[in-house]
Amino acid sequence: MLEPAPLAPQGENSQRQDASPAERQIMSAQDIRRALSRIAHEILERNRGTEGLALVGIRTRGLPMAHRLAARIQEFEGHGVPVGALDIGLYRDDVALHGTPVVHSTQIPIAMEGKNVVLVDDVLFTGRSIRAALDALTDFGRPKTVQLAVLIDRGHRELPIRADYVGKNVPTALHEEIQVRVEEVDGHDEVVILGERS
Amino acid sequence: MAIQTPTTPMHHPNLVDGTRRHILDLDDFSPEEIELVMATTDAMGEVLGREIKKVPTLRGKVIVTLFYEASTRTRVSFEEAGKLLSADVINVSSSGSSVEKGESLLNTVRTLQATGADLIVVRHPHSGAPYFMARNLERTSVINGGDGWHAHPSQALLDLYTIRQHRGSISGAKVVIVGDILHSRVARSNLWGLTAAGAHVVLCAPPTLLPQEFLDGSYREDPDSSGLASVEVTFNVEEAIQDADVVMPLRLQLERQQAGLLPTLREYSKMYQVDERRLKLARPGALVLHPGPMNEGIEISPQVAHGAQSLIEEQVHNGVAVRMALLYLLVANKEGPPSTAQDTPSGELPRRIRFL
Repeated sequence: MLEPAPLAPQGENSQRQDASPAERQIMSAQDIRRALSRIAHEILERNRGTEGLALVGIRTRGLPMAHRLAARIQEFEGHGVPVGALDIGLYRDDVALHGTPVVHSTQIPIAMEGKNVVLVDDVLFTGRSIRAALDALTDFGRPKTVQLAVLIDRGHRELPIRADYVGKNVPTALHEEIQVRVEEVDGHDEVVILGERS
Repeated sequence: MAIQTPTTPMHHPNLVDGTRRHILDLDDFSPEEIELVMATTDAMGEVLGREIKKVPTLRGKVIVTLFYEASTRTRVSFEEAGKLLSADVINVSSSGSSVEKGESLLNTVRTLQATGADLIVVRHPHSGAPYFMARNLERTSVINGGDGWHAHPSQALLDLYTIRQHRGSISGAKVVIVGDILHSRVARSNLWGLTAAGAHVVLCAPPTLLPQEFLDGSYREDPDSSGLASVEVTFNVEEAIQDADVVMPLRLQLERQQAGLLPTLREYSKMYQVDERRLKLARPGALVLHPGPMNEGIEISPQVAHGAQSLIEEQVHNGVAVRMALLYLLVANKEGPPSTAQDTPSGELPRRIRFL
């Protein structure tokens, strides 16, 4: 349940107090698993199978989610889909606000030309990460369509961007923080909300 | 760190928390900063491998290259790095600018700052000139693109990157720097960078081409240079190259040779040239780096320069990625939290210029 997270929280500058009473779990590992299974089905349904389909995970936590979706799709359909990794550090418009992010490599293993690309991220908030990701993606070619899958949509958009596949809609206040923790990065799966006022 | 005044434990400006404003030499770089530059260079190398090798990161930023000395690879690779990051790059050289009319360095850099330059890459024949600039600039960052005999940090970082790329890590590698160390800013910066990254450095040169501190061993006693305690010095090239992992011959700086340092060029190349026979003494597959431009047949034989172990072209290629990383790390968050360096400029400025 409310175990202290073993690793650093999302966002380098957030200072988390372990087991703070203001932290509340909103999705368990089971919930995440079910949501990703549903999203995998929805992606297949909407794109009528895996033909021309590619998943691109946004680093850091979108990437393991993209790999999990690809594994589900493999399980359901019997053939896999390519997974790419996108680092949006070089495309952000808020570097001056949040300090220089550490940039990692982008790996797009296949040509984007004519593909139906599903961008995968953990949380959809202002939409600025997705804007940056769209810019980054177009530097690799011209996909036929770009769709967006997120585990959490917490609202407060600052740009005209919406998700095509959503694990869970979570109405939040601006001062609250959503943390998605995934096993590959944080050691275990859960989604918590921080800074709630009771 | 050793000689900072004992009163306040000063926060040392660094790239990791975004407080560093200038890159003047590697003597104030921590291993963490070097690792951050290496990791960022990996990401920039990926951009260079793309079909569209341009990212919008530094859009709207102005980078000036101010070169008071000849240069091909440093100036071109900084210019290319800036352009691939979408910065506007302006090249100023001493000929064709008001420098020819006798404008002072101070007035030149103040003018460049006033025109809105976010960063100036400077190369200057006088050791310490970039420090003088950094001290007199409030808003503009400075990267030292080579000052006199003193420092050339971006070259040293690309050497570190090239070694790391081929060996996986720098730590534990035996790196031999052979040749005209006295006149070499590349050697001096490499000395700091390599030792900070954990390499075992051996300097090899004729006694006339070594700085005094390395000739008499006093570098070991200098409290400012404690990182260099493990550095070895030898006059014998065969002994130096024995079991080396990396061999780095330096260009014999013909334009800087005063009469009397060498009997003849022929004798120098006979005694110190890195050739195939001597390279065989190194570990199998040892890497050969050269900061360029080369005098083939003097400090390096053509067979080695163009042989299978030579990474010289790769160094030039990596030079662009490393410089992209440096520009990114210095310029991208310039409007971010006000840098503490601004209040304590001395924190970033050198304790003193050493080994000249």
